[in-house]
Amino acid sequence: MTAAAGTSFWRDLIHKPFFWGIVAIVALLALNVLKDPTYLALTINPNNGNLVGNLIDILRQAAPVMMIAIGMSLVIATGGIDLSVGSLMAVSGAVAMEFLSAAGDSGSVGAALGAIGLALVITGILGAVNGILVAYVGLQPFIATLVLMLAGRGIAKVITGGQNTTASNDPFRWIANGFVIGIPVVFILAVLLVLIVGWVVRKSALGLMIEAIGINPRASRMAGIKPKGLLLTTYILSGILAGIAGIMSVGTVMTVDISRTGYQLELDAILAVVIGGASLAGGKFSLSGAFVGALLIATLDKTVLYLGISSSATPAFKAIVIVALCLLQSERVRSWFRRRRQAPPVEQLTAKEEVTA
Amino acid sequence: MSVVTEARAPQIQETVLDRVRRMIGANPSVLPTIASVVIFVGMIVFGEVAYGRIVQANTLSNLLINNAHLIVLAVALTFVILTGGIDLSVGSIIALSSVAGVMLSNAGWNAIAVIVAMIGIGSLFGVISGVLIRYFGVQPFIATLAMMFLGRGLASLLSTKPERLGEDSPIRWIGVQLKIVDGPKVNDLVITPAVLIAVIVVAVAFFVLHRTRTGRTVYAIGGSESSALLMGLPVHRTKVLVYVISGSLAGLAAVLYTARLGTAQNITGIGWELDAIAAAVIGGTVLTGAYGYVLGSVIGALVLGLMNVLITRDGGIPPEMTTIITGGILLVFVLLQRAVTRKRE
Repeated sequence: MTAAAGTSFWRDLIHKPFFWGIVAIVALLALNVLKDPTYLALTINPNNGNLVGNLIDILRQAAPVMMIAIGMSLVIATGGIDLSVGSLMAVSGAVAMEFLSAAGDSGSVGAALGAIGLALVITGILGAVNGILVAYVGLQPFIATLVLMLAGRGIAKVITGGQNTTASNDPFRWIANGFVIGIPVVFILAVLLVLIVGWVVRKSALGLMIEAIGINPRASRMAGIKPKGLLLTTYILSGILAGIAGIMSVGTVMTVDISRTGYQLELDAILAVVIGGASLAGGKFSLSGAFVGALLIATLDKTVLYLGISSSATPAFKAIVIVALCLLQSERVRSWFRRRRQAPPVEQLTAKEEVTA
Repeated sequence: MSVVTEARAPQIQETVLDRVRRMIGANPSVLPTIASVVIFVGMIVFGEVAYGRIVQANTLSNLLINNAHLIVLAVALTFVILTGGIDLSVGSIIALSSVAGVMLSNAGWNAIAVIVAMIGIGSLFGVISGVLIRYFGVQPFIATLAMMFLGRGLASLLSTKPERLGEDSPIRWIGVQLKIVDGPKVNDLVITPAVLIAVIVVAVAFFVLHRTRTGRTVYAIGGSESSALLMGLPVHRTKVLVYVISGSLAGLAAVLYTARLGTAQNITGIGWELDAIAAAVIGGTVLTGAYGYVLGSVIGALVLGLMNVLITRDGGIPPEMTTIITGGILLVFVLLQRAVTRKRE
C-alpha cells in the first residue's frame, strides 16, 4: 500500500511541469559541488545572525526574475508576449532613484514608500499602454511591446538625464539587502507575491478566463468573457511586476544603470515560463513552474560565473536552453518520440498484413 | 510640332496624378509607402529651411555613406516581414560577425576569406532560425530572439573589448571615400564602395521580389500560407530561404559597417533590429506580411538616417530621445497600417 502510494507520488512528481527544472537545478548544483565541495555550505554571520552562502545568493538573484516571470506567465497564457519587461525595470529603477536622490533624507520610510509607489504607478501606466495597443487597437503583442522594449530605455535615460543616478535611502536598501530571521527580504517578498498572485488567479475564475483567451479568443468571448478588459489587466499587472523587479534589482546597489538594469531580462522571463512547462502558444500557465524556472535561471547565472566564464556570455547559454526547450515542445520532435514508442506494434501490424496478403 | 508637345505636357502630368490615385484606389497598402516618401521630402524641406545645408552634395552623400548598412538591413527585414515573419537577430549577427571578422583579419586571413566568413556566419544563423521556424514550428520572434541572444553571447565570448581592424587591411577599402564630383570647399559628391554594394543589394532584391518566382512566392506566403501551399508553391523552401537571406544580408551589413568604422565590439548593433524593422515599416511594409516594397524600405532607412542628422543639427534634442522618437514613429506607422488594413477587411 505504502509502496504504491510512493510510486504514484513519484509519478505525479515526474509529470509536474517543473520536474525537469528541478532536475536541472540539482544537476547544476552538483556541478558546482564537484568544483568546490563546500559550495552548498551555509554559515551564519555571527554579527547579525543572517545566513550566508551561495544558495542564499541564488535566492536573492532569483527574486527579480520571479517577478517578471509571473507577469510573463499570465501574458503568455493569453497568447501574447511582453518584451518590454526589461526596459520597464530600468524605468522603474530610474524613477525610484531620481525620487530618492531628490528627497535626500536617507532614513525616511516615507521617501522610500513614495519612490516605490511612483515607480509602480509609472510602470503600471506603461503596462497599460501595452495593454491598450494589444487589446483595443489590435496590434500583434510582440510589436506593441517591442516598441516599449526599445523606447523604454530611452525613457529611463530621459528621466535620469542620461546618467546613472545614485541615491541613498536605508529603508529602500533594506528591501534588497535586508534579512528577516536570516532569510533575504527580497526572496520572502517574491514568494509572498507569487503566493498572492497564484491565490488570486487560481481561487477565482480569473486564471481560467486568462487561459480561455489564450486557447481561443473568439470562443472565450462567446462564452461571456470580456477579453479586452482582461488583456489590459494582464499587461498592467505585468508592467507593475516588472516595476517591482526593477526596484529589487536597483536596491542592491542603490544605483540605476540605465543601459544594464534589466538588460535582456525579457529572455530570462520567457525562459522561466517555458522551463515551467507553459506553452508559448498560450492557453496554460503554471506559476509554480515559473517559480522553479526563475530559480533555475539564477542557478545557471551563478554557475556560469563560478566556472569563470564572462557574465556577458550567459545569454548564449540561455539561448541554447530556450532553443532546446522549444524543440522539445514542437510537434515534430514529439511525434518522433511517439513513433519510437509505437514502432513495435506498427511493425507487427504490417507483418501480419503481409502474412494475410 | 511644338504646339503638340505643349498640349501633351499637362496631359502627361494629369495621368501621373491619375495613376497615383488609381494605385491608391486599387491597393490602399501603397498609402504608407507614399506617406514615407512625403515624409522624407518634407523632412528635407524642413531641414533645409530650419537649419540649412541639407540639400547639398556632401550632406546627402554622408547620409548614404553612414546608412549603407541600415539600408542593407532594411532590405533583409523586408524579405522576412513580407512572409509575415520577423527577424530580431540582425543586430547581434552584426556584432558576432564583425568581431569574428576583425579577429580573423588580424590573425592574418585573406580579406576575401574574411568577408566570406562574415557573411557565412550570418547565413548560418539564418539557416538555424529558418529550420527552427519552418520544421519545428517555433514562432519566428521566439526563434530569432534566441538567435539574438546566442549571437550576442558568442560575440562576448570572443571578446568584450573593441577590436581594431589593421590599418593596412584590404577590407578598409570598402569604406574608402571616393570623390565623384569635386565641389567647392568640402561640398563634394562622395561615394564609398559600401554605398555601391548597398545599391546593388537593393537592385537585386527588387529584381528578386518582383521578377522571380521566389519573390512572388514570398508575397504569396505573406498573403495566405495555406493558399500558397495549395497552389503548389515551394512554401517550405522559401520560408527557410528568407531567413537565410536576412542572415546573410546582416553579415554583409557587418562587413560594410566594420569597413567604415574600422572597429568591432560585442555591443555593436544593439537596437539595430528596431531601426531595421522601423525602416521597413516606415517604408510601407505591413507587419502581417504580403504588402510592401524594397524601395519603400530604402526610403524608410533614409528617413531614419535623416532624422539623426536633423537631431544632431538641432542640438536642442538630447541624443537619448532618439530611441523614443524612433519608437514613436514606428508606433505611428504601425497604427496607420492597422487602420489601412482594417479598412480592407
